[in-house]
Amino acid sequence: MTKAISVSGLHKSFGRTHALAGLDLEVETGEVHGFLGPNGSGKSTTIRVLLGLLRADSGAARVLGLDPWRDAVEAHRRIAYVPGDVTLWRNLSGGEVIDLYGRLRGGLDPARRADLVERFELDPTKKGRTYSKGNRQKVALVAALASDVDLLILDEPTSGLDPLMEEVFQRCVEEERDRGRTILLSSHILSEVEELCDRVSIIRQGRTVESGSLADLRHLTRTSVTAELAGPPNGLAHLPGVHDLDVRGRRVRLQVDTDQLDAVLRQLTESGVRSLTSTPPTLEELFLRHYQDEAAAR
Amino acid sequence: MTALAAAPGPSRQLAGTATLLRFALRRDRLMIPVWVGVNALMVLSMPNTLKNLYGSPAERADLIHQVAANASFRALIGPVFDTSVGALTAWRAGVYAGALAAAMSLMIVVRHTRDEEESGRQELVASGMVGRRASLTAALLAAAVANGVLALLVAAGLASQGASGAVALGLGLAAVGMVFATMAAIVAQLTESARLARGLTAAVLGAAFVLRAAGDAATDDGSSALTWLSPLGWLENLRPYADERWWVLLLFAAAVALQAQVAYGLAVRRDVGMSFLPTRPGPASGRLGTAGALAWRLQRGSVFGWSIAFFVVGVVYGGLTDGVTNLVGNNENARKIFERMGGQSGLTDAFLASMVGMMGLIAALYVVSSVLRLYGEETSGRAEPVLANAVGRMRWACGHLAVAFGGSVLIMLLTGLGFAVGYGKEVGPILGACLVQVAAVWVIGGVAVLLHGVVPRAAMAAWGVAGAVLLIGWVGPALDAPQAVLDLSPFGHLPKLPGGGMDWGPVLVLLGLAVVLTAGGLAGLRRRDMTS
Repeated sequence: MTKAISVSGLHKSFGRTHALAGLDLEVETGEVHGFLGPNGSGKSTTIRVLLGLLRADSGAARVLGLDPWRDAVEAHRRIAYVPGDVTLWRNLSGGEVIDLYGRLRGGLDPARRADLVERFELDPTKKGRTYSKGNRQKVALVAALASDVDLLILDEPTSGLDPLMEEVFQRCVEEERDRGRTILLSSHILSEVEELCDRVSIIRQGRTVESGSLADLRHLTRTSVTAELAGPPNGLAHLPGVHDLDVRGRRVRLQVDTDQLDAVLRQLTESGVRSLTSTPPTLEELFLRHYQDEAAAR
Repeated sequence: MTALAAAPGPSRQLAGTATLLRFALRRDRLMIPVWVGVNALMVLSMPNTLKNLYGSPAERADLIHQVAANASFRALIGPVFDTSVGALTAWRAGVYAGALAAAMSLMIVVRHTRDEEESGRQELVASGMVGRRASLTAALLAAAVANGVLALLVAAGLASQGASGAVALGLGLAAVGMVFATMAAIVAQLTESARLARGLTAAVLGAAFVLRAAGDAATDDGSSALTWLSPLGWLENLRPYADERWWVLLLFAAAVALQAQVAYGLAVRRDVGMSFLPTRPGPASGRLGTAGALAWRLQRGSVFGWSIAFFVVGVVYGGLTDGVTNLVGNNENARKIFERMGGQSGLTDAFLASMVGMMGLIAALYVVSSVLRLYGEETSGRAEPVLANAVGRMRWACGHLAVAFGGSVLIMLLTGLGFAVGYGKEVGPILGACLVQVAAVWVIGGVAVLLHGVVPRAAMAAWGVAGAVLLIGWVGPALDAPQAVLDLSPFGHLPKLPGGGMDWGPVLVLLGLAVVLTAGGLAGLRRRDMTS
């Protein structure tokens, strides 16, 4: 089965800015793929390349097995896109825009459209700028979710939505996945990503730095361990993967790379363990580590 | 206990004005000099032209006598009050320079008020240390600076013809500008859309022109009540170079003060971003289904507006044709100028040809504004989701270009029909003459497509091209510009119709050029990145 999105070694420069510097991205058919990275890391540029709005300088990109630049129209028949910042025409109503986008894509399901309008509590008779940011976002979401496509590309689709609508959005994405659709979700809302995504890719400065399932990624990060020991601890500092070791008498605090946890626990039990707490990394920590590395790299 | 909701003092209401004004002038650092420069050039070139046309006092006295006797000519330009070159300059240039100053002022004011609110930028500005009246004040001051510079240039440039007349004309032009600046300030409070605010204020300007024309047709000394209803009529009644009536400036001042008062009154009573003419709800579902239908829906309002304006102007000029040609017939030089601008033989044909040519030049502005919708859609981010659907770039672009190029044919056709209604003779030849203009209009449209397709950052330069063509067409013949310069404009190569023989050669060359330019632009658009 072909991959829904397959990108390798993508480069794109704007003047002297290298927006993409060898980006890789693989999205399997039928999965919800999280696309994460700090502001300005190249997420939207990648999406624009995937939509054929920008032409990559070099590298290979296939979307639904098609060339996103050459076969743009053919590919778009099977893609729905929601930008992070939706701009509408001031003299067209939200309903008109939803139907226009639907027809330009080859039709949408009227029953599903009505259902979505109701669930998102959208007033489709309002015009252009009289919508708030969140409501403009809903117009684009309804148009995308009501159409019969194979791939949804969502670029920070929930910016401006309230928590209730965010909930509705998550249910909709789950329904889409259950129908076998593929979803590329660029987002900063980590709970949303954790809830929805099968796999994630993290990019930084135009490169992919991590890619895999959340469980895989967790494995790559550090667990914090606090232990009260029977005797004085020894040998911990020499173990690989141990960081921020803090020993006060018989009390030990440390961070350990999750794949080195075994060795640390063995060493601790040698001294006799009175109490032990071990905290797995939160998603926030995972991302903060990558995001902060970028800050440090600058 | 502290008093809640106490009205802020006047000084706080203006907080930040100086910063906003500097910012506005910086944003307009190109636009204002171009507007002011073109306007001043037009006025200051006039004494020279007039000396060529009417060298001796006797010829000038003769001219006055005839203008006084000819209602059509007065409607077109206004009454003359004295035989000096200065007075003739004020007569010939005044109304048009005033209208140009008004157009400049309304553009500046809407750009820095309603445009800012519509785009949402105003919210951010208003959240700073900015008083409730500051934005409007800064916009009006920016217009005042532009009009002030225009007044200075005109007063200084015409001083050799007599200082007091020069000052009067300069101040009069600036005063007309400020009347329309404050008018635009009111309209900008009423509408939610900047485009509509500009359109409505321009319609008021058109009405002011028509009122003055009607009043001047009725009387030969500007004393008609209709003339006094129009700020452009006040300008002629200021009588620069003919015993200036300085008190008319008080009328301008009163109008400016009153309109500013109304605008401020409305501005402080409404919410930022809202208006007094709120947007009505639309249909819950739509029938738009193609990129072409979308383009037509977005542009149809402006196509209707241009169509009506061109038809009305056609009717008016058509109606004036017989009267005007009677007058010009007596002046050999004026005949030559008309002939050089348009016609070859027969004064009526020459007049018609020059008027049709002028409408063609103005149609170039339509085609540029229509083609540049592509640029506006692209940079506003509205094109991106459309193109993310199963819509190719060519389909998207061709939808707008069909409106731009087709609309050019439509408005020129309506101009011809307007002439047919107003003049009633030579219907076929005049329609033909109008349609021939389309070839040159399309070349300008093609330049706009090429710029947008190949160097999108410079797309706005298409306005500069249209402006240059306009300048060559209007001022070129009167200034005795060298043929090489006149040849730069595609309009210079069109056969002189009606009257001259139809010459398909240059028309076909221009059509071919338009096709090549457009195809080049589309090829560029197909290959380049979309900007965002």
